[in-house]
Amino acid sequence: MRTIFHRALGLAWVIPALALVGVFVYLPLVQNFGFSTLKWDIYSGSQEYIGLENYRKLLDDPVFWSSFGNNLLYAVVSIVFQVFGALLLAALIESIRSERWRRGLRAVYFIPSAISLTVAGLLFYFIYEPNLGLLNHALEAVGLGQFGQSWLGQESTAMFAIIAMSQWQGFGYSTLLFAVAIQRIPSEIYGAAAIDGTGPVRRFVHVTLPLVREMTGLMTMVTISGAFQVFNEVMVMTSGGPDNSTQVLGTWLYRSGFVRNNFGYAAAIATVLFVITLGVAMAQLWVTRRRRVEW
Amino acid sequence: MVSRLGFLGVIARLFMWAFLLGLAVVVLYPLLWMALNGFKTNAELFGNPFALPVDWSFDNYRKAWNRGVSDYLTTSVLVTVTSTVATVFVSAWAAYGLTRVNIPLNKVITAVILGGLMLAPTVALVPLVKMFQAMGLYNSFWALLILYTAFRVPFTTFLIRAYMLDLPREVDEAADVDGAGRWTAFWRIILPMCKPIITSTVLLHILFAWNEYLFAMVFTSGSGVQTLPVGLTSLMSKHGTEFPVVFAGMVIAAVPVVALFFFGQRYIVKGLADGIGK
Repeated sequence: MRTIFHRALGLAWVIPALALVGVFVYLPLVQNFGFSTLKWDIYSGSQEYIGLENYRKLLDDPVFWSSFGNNLLYAVVSIVFQVFGALLLAALIESIRSERWRRGLRAVYFIPSAISLTVAGLLFYFIYEPNLGLLNHALEAVGLGQFGQSWLGQESTAMFAIIAMSQWQGFGYSTLLFAVAIQRIPSEIYGAAAIDGTGPVRRFVHVTLPLVREMTGLMTMVTISGAFQVFNEVMVMTSGGPDNSTQVLGTWLYRSGFVRNNFGYAAAIATVLFVITLGVAMAQLWVTRRRRVEW
Repeated sequence: MVSRLGFLGVIARLFMWAFLLGLAVVVLYPLLWMALNGFKTNAELFGNPFALPVDWSFDNYRKAWNRGVSDYLTTSVLVTVTSTVATVFVSAWAAYGLTRVNIPLNKVITAVILGGLMLAPTVALVPLVKMFQAMGLYNSFWALLILYTAFRVPFTTFLIRAYMLDLPREVDEAADVDGAGRWTAFWRIILPMCKPIITSTVLLHILFAWNEYLFAMVFTSGSGVQTLPVGLTSLMSKHGTEFPVVFAGMVIAAVPVVALFFFGQRYIVKGLADGIGK
């Protein structure tokens, strides 16, 4: 009896964390499903149960689908630059013999990841600005002035402009992580490869690539998950415009709920986001678990 | 070594360095441009964007500071400091319980706390707004403190727990022999041993809290409770014709975290690597 009491007393250590996570992370998640079945006017306070109607509307909503497409595009481009590009870049950096240069380059590339997305977003808002912006002036300076345009003001370029800014902001972060993963590869393995006379390309393909496979898998998941949660950069640079062309699920959720006063519909979009992120998280767990078995 | 590279090898090296340094310029130049624009006048800004400021006055900084940036900065510092202390403390507390104390349902509790890692803030947004309105905490400092803490406890606990798992068991036995209670063992022995990971988690939380935007935007309005990321967008919409002032505000927001990164680089890298590699 006393030991049971004693063990239960030990719960005091985890109760603060459990309470915080339970009330502010899990409970809202459960409530969200309930909210997604309501037609909910926040100003009049009227709530009406409409079942799965919000989800049906979602399927017919062209902006929902284009938002989804933008998230997908985000994910694909980010995987190219922030997983494979960053891996290559990290391998290049780690092949430099001078420790000081390695550390310096890693730090320089990381700086954009340390500043907030708001600052980065505003900065690129100005860079893309047609009159005072760096980009158009730079194009002019190299004689390509005719390609200058209002990068964020047109449906055809706005999404790509935002995604490009995101890559600038984020690639240093994943490069840093890949660099750490590469550093963890025992140097004897590279030594053995050097004795065999393997060139740098073959060394990358046959030694580095297989040995950072787990990190590559994890970074892919983290990147996909991040691409579906994009919010800040779009909000700061275009708020989803022009004409919803840069809308992503996060901003469409925000707009549906807080601007168009339809919280039930916003909750339904949140459910879709939840299913996607949970799916990615499950895949990530699976990757991690498989690695444990191998080792 | 170099002689063995041969001609092609030298060319390849040259290309590599050109690429790496070119990339560094692409990364740094926009930031340098931002910093320089904070010193320009509107006319200079619209003239040649590559030109240096004519006279290096801190006027724009002073204006930005007086037009709300000092308030946003104060709020940011306050929210960042309090949520860092709360998050790291609650997480270390929980990590100690999960790794050092024989508590019932240990595995389930671990899974529940760490499971919070997978849930995106966007998904919980609508119910959270409703909840904070009901609690009367909407548009308050408390909303941000609570949310930043609750949403970062899983990640922080995860890092500290992993570190504590690797601490030798003998430490606890030694503490027991000395007759130290749980509290003393946690406070005097385990926590000091966790200093490296605590430093990492503190720095990572500061980076997060200082830069967070979604919660700050949705849960606060008005300059009394807005943090810098949201405040900057208000500065932009209110003084959008005086761009140099906005640039000055951006620099004020960016400098502390970049400085923090340079001083704490080792710990930030270590923390990130541990967090994602496990």
